[in-house]
Amino acid sequence: MSENGHLVSLRGVRKRFDNLEVLHGIDLDVAEHNVVCLIGASGSGKSTLLRCINLLERIDEGTIVFDGQTLTGTKIDVNALRQKIGIVFQAYNLFPHMTVLQNVMLSPRKALGLSRAEAEERARTLLNTIGLAEKADEFPDRLSGGQQQRVAIARALAMEPKLMLLDEITSALDPQLIGEVLELVRRLADSGMTMILATHEMSFAREVANKVCFLDKGVICEEGTPAEIFSSPREPRTREFLSRVLESGRL
Amino acid sequence: MGPFLHEFFSPLDFLRAAPQVWTGFKVNLQLMFVAEAFVLVFALLLAVVRGLPGRAALPLRAAAVLYTDIFRGTPLLLVLLMVQGFATLNYFGLSSGTLFTNAVIALTLVYTAYVTEVFRAGIESVHPSQRMAARSLGLSYMQTMRYVVLPQAIRRVVPPLLNDFVGLQKDTALVSVIGVFEAVAQAGQYSNDFSNFAGESVAAVFFIFLTIPLARFTDHIIRQRERRERAQVV
Repeated sequence: MSENGHLVSLRGVRKRFDNLEVLHGIDLDVAEHNVVCLIGASGSGKSTLLRCINLLERIDEGTIVFDGQTLTGTKIDVNALRQKIGIVFQAYNLFPHMTVLQNVMLSPRKALGLSRAEAEERARTLLNTIGLAEKADEFPDRLSGGQQQRVAIARALAMEPKLMLLDEITSALDPQLIGEVLELVRRLADSGMTMILATHEMSFAREVANKVCFLDKGVICEEGTPAEIFSSPREPRTREFLSRVLESGRL
Repeated sequence: MGPFLHEFFSPLDFLRAAPQVWTGFKVNLQLMFVAEAFVLVFALLLAVVRGLPGRAALPLRAAAVLYTDIFRGTPLLLVLLMVQGFATLNYFGLSSGTLFTNAVIALTLVYTAYVTEVFRAGIESVHPSQRMAARSLGLSYMQTMRYVVLPQAIRRVVPPLLNDFVGLQKDTALVSVIGVFEAVAQAGQYSNDFSNFAGESVAAVFFIFLTIPLARFTDHIIRQRERRERAQVV
């Protein structure tokens, strides 16, 4: 835990791709056991921000402190760090040449050095929790999108992370499959998992988030409780974004 | 047609040449399997080296590129002669190695260059999101390679690998120039002794019958994969 009880603190984070600056100085605090939702249009920097936090992207300026450790130094052990931060992607990114069980067991075995038996026990328990115990020996391609995404969440949880980053994890799913994934995220939130979600599911954000941040063009334009952001947004840009979302029927 | 059939396909000469050519052909078989084993190992290593990230690995990457450039560009015939020539210099205090060893070295040098490119194409065909997912789980670069990237890459390049294997198999015929007494050399010997080309015909038949099963096996693997990929779409 870092100072002020925050598990994650970002200060002045900037990220450029070539000449395009996609993050223009982000400040963000995430308290332990809290859920923070990042909302905003595609291209506003939500995904990049998440990837910077587990160092899949290197930031150009600013600092990120996670669990009392400054990630922006040069001596950081990225592999050890990533073991404590799980990330789930929009496109699931399961390993297609491995069964569901092998997908979940791989990193506990190889990165944490668990024995096969320990890793398998952990994986089976998780698959049980997500209701996919009977799919353990299937290959990912034979599962529905919703099931694949639940496996991806289990795979990340198998590392027993302190923080979960969820990058638009329902955006690639058919509407009828979104529910089962969100239900799992809701249970995670209830269990006290600290999470940062980039999402387009506004009603879900409203329900689970402790804090909502509206990103626009690489800055956090407005942040507050779900009630503040969704019911009485102060910034015109937030209002405009939310009314567009409302029109498309997603709130 | 008479002289042609007599020269190349006379049944008597066919039967008489077959055992002699077969003796040589066993050498081709050994060459091909031994060289292929080395080729697969070295090519995979080189392909991984070529993909290493970062400035520190630059010399290694450059060396790997140089290697492929040189040995893909040099005709196998020249490489054979040069390896043989080098061996006669006795640098390693061995009595110039054996001809078989020299042949294996030359075949390995040249085919490793080809097969490296095949593996590299396979590695690059694995979507970056797979690496990202593996790295995000805390796996190291090498663990990601070993458990996530290479298994998928190798699966994809089996057909082109078999294709190169067929090429290697046929090119073992060239090693007769440094004096390895394989099928072609035996066939030539037969031609000299009996003024008849049946030896060459027999050698050709042996090569063809070795290639056909491999080609069918390649087709089978391609079909199998197509079936699997179609199943994914449905």
